Amino acid sequence: MSRLKLTGISKNFGAIQALSSVTLDVAPGEVLGLMGDNGAGKSTLVKIIAGNFRPSSGQIMIDDAPVVFHKPRDAQTGGVEVVYQDLALCNNLTAASNVFLGREAMRKFGPLRLLDYPTMNRRAGELFKVLKSETRARDVVRRMSGGQRQAVAIARTLLSEPKIVLMDEPTAAISVRQVAEVLDLIRRLRDRGISVILISHRMPDVFGVADRIAVLRRGELVASKATATSSPEEVTGLITGAIETA
Amino acid sequence: MTTLDDIIGRSEHKSAANRITSVPVFWVILAAIAACVALTLLTDTFATQRNVFNVMRNFTFVAIIAIGMTVVIASGGIDLSVGSTVVLTAMVLSVLMTAGWSFPAAAFVALLAALAVGAFNGVLIAYAGMPPFVVTLGTLSGARSLAMVLSNNQMIYEFGPDQSLLLWLGGGSSLGIPHPTFVLAGLMVAMALILRWTRWGQYVFAIGGNEQAAILNGISVKFQKVTIYMFAAFTAGLTGILMTGWLGSVTTNLGQSMELAVIAAAVIGGANLAGGEGTAVGAVVGAFLIEVIRNSLILLGISTFWQGMFIGTFIIVAVAFDRFRNRRSA
Repeated sequence: MSRLKLTGISKNFGAIQALSSVTLDVAPGEVLGLMGDNGAGKSTLVKIIAGNFRPSSGQIMIDDAPVVFHKPRDAQTGGVEVVYQDLALCNNLTAASNVFLGREAMRKFGPLRLLDYPTMNRRAGELFKVLKSETRARDVVRRMSGGQRQAVAIARTLLSEPKIVLMDEPTAAISVRQVAEVLDLIRRLRDRGISVILISHRMPDVFGVADRIAVLRRGELVASKATATSSPEEVTGLITGAIETA
Repeated sequence: MTTLDDIIGRSEHKSAANRITSVPVFWVILAAIAACVALTLLTDTFATQRNVFNVMRNFTFVAIIAIGMTVVIASGGIDLSVGSTVVLTAMVLSVLMTAGWSFPAAAFVALLAALAVGAFNGVLIAYAGMPPFVVTLGTLSGARSLAMVLSNNQMIYEFGPDQSLLLWLGGGSSLGIPHPTFVLAGLMVAMALILRWTRWGQYVFAIGGNEQAAILNGISVKFQKVTIYMFAAFTAGLTGILMTGWLGSVTTNLGQSMELAVIAAAVIGGANLAGGEGTAVGAVVGAFLIEVIRNSLILLGISTFWQGMFIGTFIIVAVAFDRFRNRRSA
């Protein structure tokens, strides 16, 4: 059984071919490191899986059932959660409001449906506790450290027990200690049976946590192999094109 | 034993005073109260029933639109067309009433005209991706022109069978309070609740805080933006109707450059032009403060030529104060 199966995924923006016929398989509880140079199509692939774009052609299957995502909400319903590169947080809102952004807890008040702040604050607090983060649900994100922001973005993905978490460069702009925390968290997700697709430029992070590595070059998948059978040198060669395929 | 949870929980409880002073609108309210107290002590004309009534009636119109403007500004936009929407609404209303329409029917169509302006703004801004400043600058010019075409640029001062109802609504008073001020109070309370307790309100601030994040989290940002500009136009339309009743006549220069006073009120009231901040109460207090300053200059016998300087200074001081406060807490 595969958790996520992509078959012949292509995407073009006008004349620009961003992805050509990408076929990829991710098992339950597997961490896949997705690598590639700038403009290789990593972000486009992530946005297709997350429901931001629809592929020009190709099929997506989750747990061996074909799915079509018209919008990000569809992907969330299908069990796909994303941590975006810039974390996609609203600085002016509280941590809890950010965690629940787009799927707020509501309470019926006669004919009205009002935001249920107590429930949102409590649930967000529980998630931060699971993440062992010193983040407070009622604090405004503007006043938070990089690690706390990361926790908010990751807590958001845990809101509905997800099947797949996509992480776009989660370790790009944080301190060494925070990188270790994020990698720990990825392992914790994996232990829960959640599949993680980790998009990263940082070789040590990918080799430290990924079970398998996939490499994109100019929109094509040139490799998908077990981390144990590869090496940073080989992956670098695949990314730059010094090695054709593996 | 003190656990980590205790420490995290403890620092969450600020003192009551701390919490109140961290609300931006607190300082604006404080300034307004201070101004009122000072004027009451300095002059024996400010705290008279007649003057208070005048202040209320004068600031109400700007305040109603400032609530709509605050929502637009909080979402990261701007609407320059509100003054022209006022005159277009007033003109549609008065032309129809002169033609013998009942007030409710004419007011309904007039508000539809206002909503159409807002929808036009919103669609071009949200779906065509055009800058709000440019689009609403265009409708600022276009809507006033339409009002001129509609009235042939003539003053209208007869409103058909429902004239007395219109004049009562815009110009009358109950319990010593002008009727438009009741409308303002209702709108303020409703919007304060909506901004705080509904998804729509939450998304206004989400879009203003980080539009990209709002899109990525599946919020229908484009549709929401259209509704935001339609709401601003609705407040302008409401004002157009009430002003018609107050003045008892409509000319095509009604609401001219009103957008500037409205934006000033919203900004003094704590709306952040970069988006993400603003409150309905702040907008009303901001408008009130401008009117109190204007009124006090007259009462204190200072030349009215100085008005602009005082209000301009206040805008700059309010924004500078806000920046200073944010830098300290960041």
